[in-house]
Amino acid sequence: MVKFSCEKIDLVFAEIAKTAALYIPSNDKNNKAVFTKWQKGTKLCDSHNTQIGPKDLFFPQTEDLMAFKASNKKIEIIDTRKESEDFVIFGVRACDVKSLEILDRVFLSEPRDSYYAMRREHGIIISLACTRPSEACFCTTFGIAPSEPGADISVWKINNEFFWQANTKRGEELLLKIEHFTTPAEPSEVEGEKQRISVLMKRLPLANLSTNGFGKGKTNELFEREEWAKLSEACLGCGTCTFVCPTCQCYDIKDFNTGNGVIRYRCWDSCMYSDFTKMAHGNNRNTRKERFRQRFMHKLVYFPENNNGLFGCVGCGRCISKCPVSMNIVKVMKKLGGNV
Amino acid sequence: MNIYEEALIPKIGVVTDIRIDTPDIKTFRVVTPDGKKAFEHQPGQCAMLSIPGVGEAMFSITSSPTNKDFMEFSIKKCGCVTEWLHSLELGQEITIRGPYGKPFPVDTDFSGKSLLFIAGGVGLAPLRSVINYCRHYRDRYGKIDIVYGSRSKEDLLDYKEIVEEWANDNGVNVYLTIDNPQKEWDGHVGFVPNYVKELNFDRDKIAVLCGPPIMIKFTLDALQALGFDKKQIYTTLELRMKCGIGKCGRCNVGAKYVCKDGPVFRCDELSELPDEY
Repeated sequence: MVKFSCEKIDLVFAEIAKTAALYIPSNDKNNKAVFTKWQKGTKLCDSHNTQIGPKDLFFPQTEDLMAFKASNKKIEIIDTRKESEDFVIFGVRACDVKSLEILDRVFLSEPRDSYYAMRREHGIIISLACTRPSEACFCTTFGIAPSEPGADISVWKINNEFFWQANTKRGEELLLKIEHFTTPAEPSEVEGEKQRISVLMKRLPLANLSTNGFGKGKTNELFEREEWAKLSEACLGCGTCTFVCPTCQCYDIKDFNTGNGVIRYRCWDSCMYSDFTKMAHGNNRNTRKERFRQRFMHKLVYFPENNNGLFGCVGCGRCISKCPVSMNIVKVMKKLGGNV
Repeated sequence: MNIYEEALIPKIGVVTDIRIDTPDIKTFRVVTPDGKKAFEHQPGQCAMLSIPGVGEAMFSITSSPTNKDFMEFSIKKCGCVTEWLHSLELGQEITIRGPYGKPFPVDTDFSGKSLLFIAGGVGLAPLRSVINYCRHYRDRYGKIDIVYGSRSKEDLLDYKEIVEEWANDNGVNVYLTIDNPQKEWDGHVGFVPNYVKELNFDRDKIAVLCGPPIMIKFTLDALQALGFDKKQIYTTLELRMKCGIGKCGRCNVGAKYVCKDGPVFRCDELSELPDEY
């Protein structure tokens, strides 16, 4: 473990940015934190979590998959994939670190998604222990410790110092690059902060939310519950929850005719949309209730069923603060799980 | 750059034959530009076909894996991609990727058993692959019964092959039916589920169903009324798909993805899933 004083953070960022694109949470013009490509003058915002997680740095909202040229009856397929550049993301919270593990289960399972895999191999993740969790946070429900954020390097900000702990070989190599800014530190120096964060988490409004009643094998018990009708009534089907969700990964594949060929691209999609499952012979989820139920059943039952009990939610709270009608996974869990 | 194989990037296929089967179904023969089969498959598996600029869609491979020369797809005109396919000319290139999905257990559960195939309309397309596979390895299976129904005589898919080849095989019985009487039809008239009941099959066999959801539902009831257990009945599902490899989320039902855990399901497995397919 190493440490350095907070004034040096821009120097450290500059050093990292010499060899890799660096993304840090920074306030945009609306004062909302977003992962921003660092350049001289980009100010770190470490007080609250970003509007959306780092999902799009690995799984962009839209990306080209391939291109085609067609002439007469012939088609040429053009592999447009490019080697990803090396990049570093700083300031990823424990919930978002966990979200990447969930995305990995989808995209890195065979057959691997090469677009995602390439970015995962080239991206180094520097996490950041939460200093001020929001009222909507409930990561501890899913066994996530915001005081132990993990990834390649774990970072704690304590008073006027940053403490960096490498967890992987890539993390160690990165620490070597910035060693002239750092001095050695002892893990014991962050113990107090870890304790402070743990206490803070226990005081949050959703601290007692439990996953009891959810998980693998609960499909039959939960699917026909009558509460779904009431819960889904308010839903507008806008899909905001899926777009801000760090673990939602449903996608669409579409073709775009450029006039000079065709680009096949992929873009985020949402199971909340009425045409998501619509096909020529009908739609197997015709009602809002069915679509609403699918999203939560997937995160709380189906995903754990396929992934040794790992839930498809990390409790980041973004869907809670962003839903225009204040419907969210916590309300679903409280209603169907019967906990407070 | 080709560090990894990428499942989403297709191969080129050439349409070398187009057979007009019914007023809205055509069967397309596809090979690679150098005249080979695009890939090997198992009975019941599917492939993604596309026309760049129009879109990509999943189709069952109707030809048997024992055909080593080419693949065939029987496709009903019902949407953007299928309309385009129906308008294409011989020699047109398309893209193809696959094979996708879990096949019928032809070499395990089906082995040594008598088989009852029941299809409705274009639902014969996925079953033709397994029927022809079982006909090819005839000695591996017991008696084969085929019940096939359609709206009219003109809507019967593979009619020539059924009448001239299947019906003449030893130990193969074909029962055709159409929904409404027609002048030039002296065969059975009526819906498939009722016909299955009338035929009163012994339940010492495995049944394989494919057709419109409503036909599957009532035929399942008919088979159970004849004493069949859900464990003896297989079907193949169709849901909207984009990736074909269990990632895009579209064909998710319960903890299953129809593209990779299906499309073939045994009916007792299907009853475990939420009723959303």
